[in-house]
Amino acid sequence: MTPTAHRADRRTSVPARPDLSAGPSGPVRLLLGAGPADAGVSLVDHLQQWGPVPVWRATPFMDELDHSGLRGHGGAWFPVATKWRSVAASGGRDVVVVANGAEGEPASDKDRYLLHHRPHLVLDGAAVAASTLGAGRVVVHVPPHAVASMRSAIGERRRAGLDPCPVDIVVAPDRFLAGQESSVVNTINGRNVGIPSFVGLRPVRERGVGGRPTLVQNVETLADVALVARFGHEWFRQVGTPGSPGTALLTVTGWWPSPRIVEAPLGVSLAQLLGLTADDVHSLQGILFGGYGGGWVTPREGGSTPLTEEAMRSIGSSLGAGVVVVLPKGPCPLAETAHVVRYLDGEGAGQCGPCVHGLGALSTAMAQLAFRPRSLQGGVPAIEALCGLVEGRGACRHPDGAARFVRTALRTFDAHVGDHLRRGPCGPGRPVLSLPLHPRSA
Amino acid sequence: MSRRRYRLVVDPVACDGAGVCAELLPEWISLDPWGFPIVDPGELPASLVDHAQRAASSCPRLALALVRVHASEGDIRRSRASAP
Repeated sequence: MTPTAHRADRRTSVPARPDLSAGPSGPVRLLLGAGPADAGVSLVDHLQQWGPVPVWRATPFMDELDHSGLRGHGGAWFPVATKWRSVAASGGRDVVVVANGAEGEPASDKDRYLLHHRPHLVLDGAAVAASTLGAGRVVVHVPPHAVASMRSAIGERRRAGLDPCPVDIVVAPDRFLAGQESSVVNTINGRNVGIPSFVGLRPVRERGVGGRPTLVQNVETLADVALVARFGHEWFRQVGTPGSPGTALLTVTGWWPSPRIVEAPLGVSLAQLLGLTADDVHSLQGILFGGYGGGWVTPREGGSTPLTEEAMRSIGSSLGAGVVVVLPKGPCPLAETAHVVRYLDGEGAGQCGPCVHGLGALSTAMAQLAFRPRSLQGGVPAIEALCGLVEGRGACRHPDGAARFVRTALRTFDAHVGDHLRRGPCGPGRPVLSLPLHPRSA
Repeated sequence: MSRRRYRLVVDPVACDGAGVCAELLPEWISLDPWGFPIVDPGELPASLVDHAQRAASSCPRLALALVRVHASEGDIRRSRASAP
């Protein structure tokens, strides 16, 4: 039983479980109807496509969400119902729900897509979260590019009386760490904007925005919540695996001339999803899953492993927020890795000693391995030792992500590492795929 | 009634690498190449709890804390997250 009852609970007319309509069949859900002419969707179009969100009582919806098996798409893949229950259990009355579209990961583009093309699905999910948790405020935390489209969507909903509480927008700063949970709370609270905190034993679900219990949920997750609320858990589970039901939006870079958003039924392999042949896989040097805090794997592993967080972790990587970088043969993978580690070093919050010093040293060592291998003292073991010195020692997981990125690069490109150490760096004539970085660092 | 069990936690934002803790509790805390403490995350042996308490209260930044380990809880944070 949640301490804060849905206001609809007091209406006797609300059934325990509403009659749900049939959802779209097939593996495409969030991208249904996507295409070149897919502009921002008005509330009228949205309701025509998806129908209204049925009115749920809080406890049955929490159970529905639990049965759906939905997990968070911001990167951690934490069970959503477990998170909501712990926010509800924290006892506060004025819960805050944050729709997090910060997407600080520079190689990721899927949240931007949702905010521009599916704003009402995201806001439906936030509204369901707000009524289920008895929230008094919804905050939409998005980068500057999405402010106008979200503002107009929120305005349409206010006029239609759709949302159970006030919804406002807070602009996310342009930083790698902007979307980290405690960083989001700091930005909304207006102190240490874009910087994570050491939350210790008082996580933000207990004390977040304005000191209140706070649910920070990625916008894709909220869009999925909106679908579970409409079509129920059985429909939701028609796609995906028992442990990872549903779909994931992936941002795939490197395979096509420009990044593309692809909706993957969880559990398929990348080769199945993109239709890669054995020759295609053979033409690659490596595949990066999970973005710059994720991990490199060999083309064979990366092409054939099921797309779920568990399977990706079992090969040393992570599905994370769905970034996939396919690295063709040609560019020096160590140069690419060194550029990204330098970027990650610069994107640290500058708060924790081991991260400040450790990522600086890692960045230097990776640049040496890539460009001046003879100046690298201690070789690969020295770099691995540096990874060990930063892992688990920050207030947030930034150093852990950087260490995984480096460790998996060393393993995946080990033959190339050997070439650098024996014969020197790749010549300047080799083509370079520039891994996407933020516009600000261009 | 069993004794209370503890582990040590560093607040990495507060810590500025003074190094007092490693001097007072070398059995459990070492320093990295930059002078920041590397703390064994496991449960403190009973023989070290008093020394750990002294190290925590001597930190000039109050960045070191003794945290109770509960019988059924491997990780306090995780156990709170899954509270009913």
